[in-house]
Parts: sequence; structure tokens; C-alpha cells
Amino acid sequence: MRKVYLDHSATTPVRKEVLESMLPYFTEAWGNPSSIHQWGRTSRKAVEQAREEIAQYIGAEPREIFFTSGGTEADNLAIFGTVEAKKGMHIITSSVEHHGVLDACQYLEKQGYEVTYLPVNEYGQVNPEDVRKALRPDTVLVTIMYANNEVGTIQPIKEIASITREAGVWFHTDAVQAVGSIPVDVKDLGVDMLTLSAHKFYGPKGIGALYVRKGVRPKPITHGGGQERKIRPGTENVAGIMGMAKALELAIADLDQNMKRITGLRDRLIQGIRENIPEVVLNGHATARLPGNVNMSFLYIEGESLILSLDMVGVAVSSGSACTSGSLEPSHVLMNMGMDHQQAHGSLRMTLGVSTTAEDIDYVVSELTQIVEKLRAMSPLYNSKNL
Amino acid sequence: MYTEKVMDHFQNPRNVGEMKNADAVGEVGSIACGDIMRIYLKVDENDIITDVSFKTFGCAAAVASSSVMTELVKGKSIDEAMRITKKDISDTLGGLPAPKVHCSILATEALEEAIKNYQAK
Ligand SMILES: Cc1ncc(COP(=O)(O)O)c(C=O)c1O
Repeated sequence: MRKVYLDHSATTPVRKEVLESMLPYFTEAWGNPSSIHQWGRTSRKAVEQAREEIAQYIGAEPREIFFTSGGTEADNLAIFGTVEAKKGMHIITSSVEHHGVLDACQYLEKQGYEVTYLPVNEYGQVNPEDVRKALRPDTVLVTIMYANNEVGTIQPIKEIASITREAGVWFHTDAVQAVGSIPVDVKDLGVDMLTLSAHKFYGPKGIGALYVRKGVRPKPITHGGGQERKIRPGTENVAGIMGMAKALELAIADLDQNMKRITGLRDRLIQGIRENIPEVVLNGHATARLPGNVNMSFLYIEGESLILSLDMVGVAVSSGSACTSGSLEPSHVLMNMGMDHQQAHGSLRMTLGVSTTAEDIDYVVSELTQIVEKLRAMSPLYNSKNL
Repeated sequence: MYTEKVMDHFQNPRNVGEMKNADAVGEVGSIACGDIMRIYLKVDENDIITDVSFKTFGCAAAVASSSVMTELVKGKSIDEAMRITKKDISDTLGGLPAPKVHCSILATEALEEAIKNYQAK
């Protein structure tokens, strides 16, 4: 049976070259970068080299890169580190953030902070003017994601950054889904902090970074050694850092070519579905969208049924359905885009990657066509409509 | 996550489809998750359920619960069918993951609704 992985927004495989770049740092150059002997110095050199490379790929200075255990920790560091560092009880975010930001903000609310969750339009976009209107004298942070993990919508980060810059409020963006998929340049964007995570661009899991612009300084949220200039103490994940640098190097080298190819496949998938399956809706924005993201709702059927049926024919996808959330609530992203419950219930996210081929896409379209037909025949909603 | 039994009933649901000339229909929707279940009953003059079918909008657990429920009620009297519990359904399926237990409740509620409609006739 053909196997097609269309869940690259969840995670990606580690590339061979990436793994090879990491291996020496387990068994040969395994010293602690903080040690002053030659074992330590070898590791330190490697870490600083990787920091330089990563900084360069996103247009930052090496001193502005702080390694973390991944995207969630970097988001938490930006948010909790800021409220620790600044006086003020108000935060602005969007209503479609990843849980790494959303749950941190909700936690702060319980501690007495006030959080404004900006609305989004039907395509999932924040209006920069809403940011301006929400700013208060006691606002300490604006945190709005670069690209959405569910619907792939890209936010007007540059416009928001110019507003926060003018107001003198720190601006963090969770760019976990953007880095490695679309061009990301922190100076061009004008953000103060930016989160990245290696496992979304063919690097290892458990390693990420927070870019922190010079002049901005969140407080540490964990306490220990003096690593990462005291902002993120703990012995560095040396092999992970090496892997992240290599993965980013490869992603940047092929960025233009991959963007073009994957966007083409994405549109082939959307079109194939639209031509073969009636009553489907594209969720998210038509063009302000990640190259690899397809999110569609198949009316009258439920997402988990779709996932399991596709899994049986070798296709891996995900859904924003209430049945897959574990909480009985459909995805907050889809609901806050103004979608009705049924449409969210029947949503399917298919995220393409560098290994996706046109044959994969055609296979998925043909399998999906049969599955949707079968599930709709079972649906009381489809029936009542056609009686 | 799901038992083989659940997957079997999901892949090969028994008694799926609408029923012409049903003696009673029961439909319920879950306020919690949005799933919808509809069941059709054919009942003879001795109050025996001779045929049953279902249509479900929901996850694998919801489909499997409906499917197993139809197997459990077929051939039973109305009185016997009323005594089927969510536990009977989940036990027959070899258990359901905790967040999915409400799917088995939905199946018994749909059945109750159909029986109520039958008795009201
Ligand atoms: C937008 C976004 N932010 C944060 C994260 C969390 O990253 P990590 O898995 O490295 O903690 C993810 C990945 O799931 C994501 O998609």
C-alpha cells in the first residue's frame, strides 16, 4: 500500500544530513560547553558556530539567539519573561494562537493579568488596526503568530510590528510554522522576539530558539547555571543545536524551489478535491497561506472518521474536529474564524512537505473521494438534505 | 486508542442506512461534541424489534456505538431494548477511551427516543 504523510505541520522527519551533523556530538565531541578544558572548548566552539549560522539565516545577530527546548518553551519564555521584566498587567494576543501562547496567556489571566484576544476575520487574519486600538499604557507585550498551524494563514506581522514599535511595546511572534517554509527575516519584520522550533523544518524534536532583539531582555523563567546569558540556564543540547543549524541551512538553501513546488502541489490538492468532491469548503486564506497547508471541510461528515479512514489506506492527516481534540470542543482556531460547529467538525488538515509528490496528491484525492462518499452515505445530515 | 472491535464496527458498520416504512425514528444530537445519531425501528405486533438501522454523523466511536446498538436490539422486545445501557454497548466494543464514553450514551439516547416515539403512536 502507498504511504502518504500529509501531517508536516505536526512534525517532519530528520533529514539524513541533519542526523549526520549531530552524531559526532554524542560520542566524540561530547564535552560540556561550559567546561574550560579542551573537551568543553570543542563543544563551545560548535555551539557558537551553530548560533552564528542560525542567526544569519533569520537576519539576526548571534547574541540575539537563545536556545530552548523547543517552540513551547520559547513562547513561554517570551511571555512570562516579559511580564517578569516589565511593569504592566496587559497583554495583547490573537484568538487563533497555538496552545504554547494561548495557554500561557490564560494562565496569566488567572494570575490577575488582563489579556486581549484579538478577533480574526473569516480567513483567520488579524487586523493591525485592532492591535493599535487595543494598546493601553499598561500593555507590556503583543504576541501574534506569524503563520497559523491549523489553517496556514499568514499574519501581517510587519504592519503590526510598526505599530508596536511606535508604541514602544515589545512584540513577539511565534514563527514555528513559518521558519523553513517561507522567508523569515527578523530585521525586515521588525519583531522584538521570535520563536522557532527545529522539528518543523526537518530537524530534531526538543530543540528550538527564541530570537530576542538587542535592547529587549525578558527575565529567565527557569533558574540555574549561567548558560544562554542567564536567560535560559541549563547545559546546552549540543547535538540538537547542531542539528537545528544544519536543518535550517538546508531549508534556506532550497527555500525558493520548495516554496514553488509545494505551493503547486497544494493547489493541485485543493483543485483535485474541489473537482471530485461536492460540498467542500476551503478554510483559511486563498493566498496568504503557507505553501504546504490545505485545510478543508467536508460537509455532513466528521473529521476523526476521515482521519481513521485515510489512515487505513496509508494516508496521515489531522483535523480540528471536536472528536479529535480530547476536550469535546472543536478547534478554537476554526471557531474563532466564525465557522459553524458542523463545518469545524468536518475539517481536515493536510500539510505537505519536501517529500510529497504529485502521485501522492492524486492518490489522496482518489481515496478521499471514495471515503467521503462512504461516510456521507452514513450521515443523517446528508440524507435529510437530499430527501 | 480504539479496540479492534471498535475499528471493525467503524469499518464495517452493521445495519447502516435509512429505513423505508420504519415504525419509529429517534434522533439525538450531542450538545457536548456535535455528533448526531438517528435510528430507525421496525416493530411487529408483539412489540418485537424485527429490524433496525442507523445513520450517524460522528467519530469512529459514535459509528461503532450505533452499529453495536443495532445488533443488540435486533430481535429483542421493546421492554428488553429499553434495558440496554451505555455499559452494554461499551462492553460489547471491548471498552471505549474515556473521552469517547459519551458516544455510547448518545446511542442509548437515540434508542430511547425511537422507543418513546413508537410508544407515543
Ligand atoms: C505555531 C506553533 N507554535 C508552537 C509549537 C510548539 O513547538 P514545540 O513542539 O517545539 O514545542 C508548534 C508545534 O506544535 C506550533 O505549530
